[in-house]
Amino acid sequence: MSVIKKIMASAAAVAMMAASPALAEDMRIALVVKALGIGFFEAAAKGAEEAAAELGDVEIIYTGPTDTTAEGQIEVINALIAQNVDAIAISANDTDALVPALKKAMQRGITVISWDSGVAPEGRQMHLNPSSNPLIGNMIIKLAADHLPDGGDVAVLSATTTSTNQNVWIEEMNKVMGNYPGINVVSTVYGDDLADKSYREATGLMQSFPDLDAIIAPTSVGIVAAAQAVVDAGKVGQVNVTGLGLPSEMAGAIESGASQSFAIWNPIDLGYSATMLAYEIAKNGASTEAGATIPMGRMGSLTLDENSEGAMADPFIYDASNIDAFKSIF
Amino acid sequence: MLPRFLPVRETILSVAILALLLLISTRFSGFIAPANLANVFNDTAPLIILALGQMVVILTRCIDLSVAANLALTGMVVAMINVALPGLPIPVIIAIAILLGALMGAVNGLLVWKLAIPPIVVTLGTMTIFRGIIFLISDGKWVNAHEMSSAFTGFPRAAVLGLPVLSWVAVLTVIIFGIMMARTSLGRSIFAVGGNPHAAVYTGIDVGKTQFLAFVLSGALAGLTGYLWVARYAVAYVDIAGGFELEVVAACVIGGISIAGGIGSVGGAVLGALFLGVVKNALPVVNISPFWQLAISGSAILIAVAFNARAGKAKGRIILKSAEAST
Repeated sequence: MSVIKKIMASAAAVAMMAASPALAEDMRIALVVKALGIGFFEAAAKGAEEAAAELGDVEIIYTGPTDTTAEGQIEVINALIAQNVDAIAISANDTDALVPALKKAMQRGITVISWDSGVAPEGRQMHLNPSSNPLIGNMIIKLAADHLPDGGDVAVLSATTTSTNQNVWIEEMNKVMGNYPGINVVSTVYGDDLADKSYREATGLMQSFPDLDAIIAPTSVGIVAAAQAVVDAGKVGQVNVTGLGLPSEMAGAIESGASQSFAIWNPIDLGYSATMLAYEIAKNGASTEAGATIPMGRMGSLTLDENSEGAMADPFIYDASNIDAFKSIF
Repeated sequence: MLPRFLPVRETILSVAILALLLLISTRFSGFIAPANLANVFNDTAPLIILALGQMVVILTRCIDLSVAANLALTGMVVAMINVALPGLPIPVIIAIAILLGALMGAVNGLLVWKLAIPPIVVTLGTMTIFRGIIFLISDGKWVNAHEMSSAFTGFPRAAVLGLPVLSWVAVLTVIIFGIMMARTSLGRSIFAVGGNPHAAVYTGIDVGKTQFLAFVLSGALAGLTGYLWVARYAVAYVDIAGGFELEVVAACVIGGISIAGGIGSVGGAVLGALFLGVVKNALPVVNISPFWQLAISGSAILIAVAFNARAGKAKGRIILKSAEAST
C-alpha cells in the first residue's frame, strides 16, 4: 500500500516538475488588494487584466484578504512567496506591518511594488501614487475653468481649516492660477466634512456672490452637499459644482446637472499601470532608483522621486459620458 | 405675579434674536428678506424638532446624548429600506422612522429606569453603539442621491402654503408639544419629576416611568428627523449629523431649560434653536474669516446663556421674597 502511495506521490511530483517549466513561460504578477469584493479594487484588477492582455506573456493573480487587515495580507504574501510568483503589486493595509513579509519576498527575488496605499520604502522597490498634489491642485481649477471659457468667479468649499490634504491642494491650485486668466477665486469656506455645514456654506456662497459660476469642493462630503444645495437653490446651470468626488456618490449630481464634471483617480488605470511597472521591473530589470523613468504602456511613463515614488497621472475626469460605467464600481 | 404673565427668558431671547438679525442685516442686507428667513427657519427645523425632544428629557433631570446617532441610524435604515423597496409609500417610511427612533429611545429609557444608570453614561454608550450599528449594516458605504427614490428625497422639500414640508413638520411638532406640556398629565408630570422628584413620588407620579417616556419621545423625534435629514441632504453615511447632539443641548440651554431639570418651556427651546440657526446661517454670509467663526458662535452661545442665567436668578429671588413676605 504505502509503496504504491509513494510511487503515486513521486509520479505526481514528477508531473508537476514537468508542468512547471511550461507555466514559467508566463510571468506571474500578483495584484494584492486591501480586501476582496471592493468595487475600486475589482476595477483595478480589470485594468491589470487589460495590461496582461496587452503584454501577452503575463498571468495576473488577483488576490487579497477578505477583510482589510495587515494580518490577512501577510498570509496572502506568504502564500505568494510559496508559489514563487514573479512580482507582487500591493495596495497595503498598513505601511509598516507588511515590511518583513515583503522583505522576505524581495530576498527570494520577487519584484515588490506598492500602489494606491503605500508600504514603507524598505518594504518595496517603488510606490505608485495615483496622482500628486500639484496635479490635483491644477486639476480642481482646470475642472472649473474648462466650463468657463469667458472666465468667471469660483469659490472653494474645503473640509476643515486644518485638513492637510485639502490645504495642500488649495495651495497648489493657487500656484497655477496664473494659467487660468479670468478665473477669480472669490472665497474659500470650510464645511468641516459635515453634510449640513457644507450645505449651509454652499448656500451662503451663492447668497454672498450672486454671480458665482462654480464651487470647487476637493472633498467627497463637500462636493455632494454643495451639489444638493445648488439643486435646492434652483441654480442648476448657473453654478457648476466640481472638485474631487466618487462616481457612486456623485452620480445623482451629474444626473441633475448640478455638476458638469468632477475628478478622482481611475482604478482601472491604476491597476493597469501597477501591472505595467511590475512587468518592466521584473522582466526588463528597469531601475527603481531616484530619478529613474519607467514606461507604463498607454499611461506614458513614471518618474521616481527620492523616495522611489511616482505619480501616475492627472486625476481622471468623470462626466455624463462615463458616470454610468463607473458609478457601480466605486 | 407679573413674571408668570411675562415670560422673561422668551422675551429676552426674542429681543436677542431680533438684535442679531439687525446686526447681520447691516453686513448682508439680503439676510432679512422674507424668503431667506424662511430658508433659515427651514434649515433650523431639524434642530427645533430635536431640541423639543431634548427639552423633555432635560426637564426630567436626564440628558440624551444619543439623539444625533439615533438620527443617523434611523436615517441610514430608512434610506436602505428605500433603496431595497423604492415603491414603499412615504407615510410608511415616516412611521418606520418614528417607531425605530422611539425604540432606540426606549432602550435609553429602560436602562435609566430599570437599571438606574446615570443618563449621561447610558446615552454616551448608546450613542457609540448606534454609530457602530450604522457601520455594521451599511458596511461603511454611503447611500447616495441617485439610489434614493424621488418621492423619498422630495417629501421634505415639497412646498405647502409657501413653506417646505420640513418647516411644517417643525411647526406641527411645536404645536403638539406646546399642548402636551401645558395641557396633558404627561406634560405636567414631566415638570413635576424634574422640579422635585420626591414630591412627584408623593403625588403618585412614577419618576422612572416618566423619564422613560421622555426618552421615548426624544427618540421618536430623533427618528423622524433622521428621515427628514437624510432626505434633505440626499445622502446617508455613518457620520451624518456628527456632533449634532451638542448643538441640540446648546439650543436647550440657550432657551433657558435648566440642566438641573424642572425649568423650561417649549417657547424657550424653539427660540434657543432659532438663535443657533440664525447664527449658523449668518456666519457664512457675513464675510467673517472661518478661523474666527467658531470663536464667534461659541461666544454667542455663552452670551445667550449668561443672559438666561441672570433672568433665572431674578426669577428665583422674586419667589423667595414673596415667600418671605408671606411668612
